[in-house]
Amino acid sequence: MSGMLGEYARVAGADVIRQLRLLAEPMRGLRVVHVNSTRLGGGVAEILAKLVPLTSELGLEASWEVVEGSPGFYQCTKLFHNALQGQQAHVPASLIAEYERVSEVNAERLRVALDTADVVFIHDPQPAALLRHFPRRRGKWIWRCHIDASHPHRPVWAYLRSLVGPYDASVFSLADFAQMLPHPSYLIPPSIDPLSAKNAELSAEQVAACCARFGIDRMRPLVVQVSRFDRFKDPVGVVAAFRLARSFIPGLQLVLAGGGAADDPEGEAVLREVEAAAEGDPDIHVLLLPADADEVINALQRAADVVMQKSLKEGFGLTVTEALWKSKPVIGGNTGGIRLQVVDHQTGFLVSSPEGAALRLRHLLHDRRRSAEMGRAGREHVHQNFLITRQLREYLTLMLGLVRGAADRIDLG
Amino acid sequence: MAVDAFSVRDCALVAIATGLRARSLREFRDALQRVPQESVYYHFWGRLLRPRFDDTEFHNDFATWARYSLHDERLSERLAVIDPADFSDIEALRADVLEVVEQCLDETDNLLARRDRQFHFRRCQTVVFDTGVRLQEPAALAQAIPAMSLGSIYYHVIDARRREPVRTDDFRIWLGQFGGSFESLAEKFAAVDPYFANLASLRVELSAIVTDHFSGARE
Repeated sequence: MSGMLGEYARVAGADVIRQLRLLAEPMRGLRVVHVNSTRLGGGVAEILAKLVPLTSELGLEASWEVVEGSPGFYQCTKLFHNALQGQQAHVPASLIAEYERVSEVNAERLRVALDTADVVFIHDPQPAALLRHFPRRRGKWIWRCHIDASHPHRPVWAYLRSLVGPYDASVFSLADFAQMLPHPSYLIPPSIDPLSAKNAELSAEQVAACCARFGIDRMRPLVVQVSRFDRFKDPVGVVAAFRLARSFIPGLQLVLAGGGAADDPEGEAVLREVEAAAEGDPDIHVLLLPADADEVINALQRAADVVMQKSLKEGFGLTVTEALWKSKPVIGGNTGGIRLQVVDHQTGFLVSSPEGAALRLRHLLHDRRRSAEMGRAGREHVHQNFLITRQLREYLTLMLGLVRGAADRIDLG
Repeated sequence: MAVDAFSVRDCALVAIATGLRARSLREFRDALQRVPQESVYYHFWGRLLRPRFDDTEFHNDFATWARYSLHDERLSERLAVIDPADFSDIEALRADVLEVVEQCLDETDNLLARRDRQFHFRRCQTVVFDTGVRLQEPAALAQAIPAMSLGSIYYHVIDARRREPVRTDDFRIWLGQFGGSFESLAEKFAAVDPYFANLASLRVELSAIVTDHFSGARE
């Protein structure tokens, strides 16, 4: 087996890749287009960067388009994002108007690609308004929601529902996130790419060099949280947990590493709050990383003794998946997709407060044998369930289901 | 009489929300009465093919919810002991689950889960396809089973029980076509309990049975 699929066979198993080929065979030549709002930064862009070429290698004609926005457009979609996650958000009519104007401009730019596609995946709210501009579309359109939309701010959801209701299907990461919509809502958790720069194996020297670069002492324990500077990720809560735990574990170090994303205008404000919380503490390293710092993130996660993802709200939490893949026990906020990955007392601990996080951090740094067991269980959990090959299989199954009439059981003979 | 070759098939599932959810045990009972059969099937068997952490204690989603969301150990144990392989059809299985739930409602106050711990009834869409692999002789199973995808294992062992009137796996049906020649191998397959294994361990167990059979106790 050669090409990209051959490389994945070595990690996921040859049987897994053979199955993908068979599943894709009836869809050879099918035109599939993914649309999101950024090529760099965030889990969606990361996964599309591999999902699209892998789909092509299976014989489908896959492509990836990005909507282009204005500052007003992104302000609006950030409010949508927050509102979907339950935050009270008032979206001014002027921002809605800008969102709709930009959507129309993007629709014209993407008209040929989307009008002729057999299957279109629209990711998250940013490109959601495109559908209404394609009355002559010939394909199936699917809204892929990566956000925990279990308890959305209702006025904003009412508007978004009017945009996504007419799609042929939607995809949510978990059943808890799904909203009632007048079409089938598929449930497909996301995944990580084990061969990406963020997850590939690194040498001990590479990890050591990264730590030296940021002044991290390899002789002392290290806890790491990697996430955007976003209030829902609770970076200030992580600083509080770290301080509580350090009174029992002298020498403990914390890294809060986050990248900005082109579609997240709030990040800077949150970063300033975190820097203020960490001010004057030489053992708290707040790192604003560029979008292409994948190898640095990889090294930091590998250098960690414990990885934290203390989110208050979380779509799925791919940083948790990445950490588990690196055999690290994870202390995760008891929310969203983190629950699917951090199996309490098996692959890490679920917590609901800085105090809980501090207690579990002490536990894991004290009981290294247990910590290692959890790390091993976590890696196997990801290997079985959260690699990109599993997500690709489910996308192929969904596409077959939709193009073949959405019956409960489809027998290809 | 010539025996047909064994066609190795494969399947893939994708989960779909039914839109029905329950926070209390009463809501659960009411929804369970209404969900499609596919949903009941999914929560007992389909779960084997979806992303999940292997829970060695509870083998169906209803029991897991009763334990971790309703925090009722007795109910979870009563639900966990229900073996879907014992039932002739999904309606009989549904009736048994409902009986356990009704009994619990008679004995206790209405149990309530946290708002973010509701039970979401799901169903699945299944795509079945041919791998093109054909086995002419039972001895070929020794090489074929370890190479099968987990979807193939699911199709031939789990799905077959619902598909075939005799409610057995495809391997045993095929072996039966050879007269009594492979009766002991079929009996060994019959002793495997698929409900208490994950698909990867089931593949290992079946592989070991076939390898052992053909390397030693040839009939």
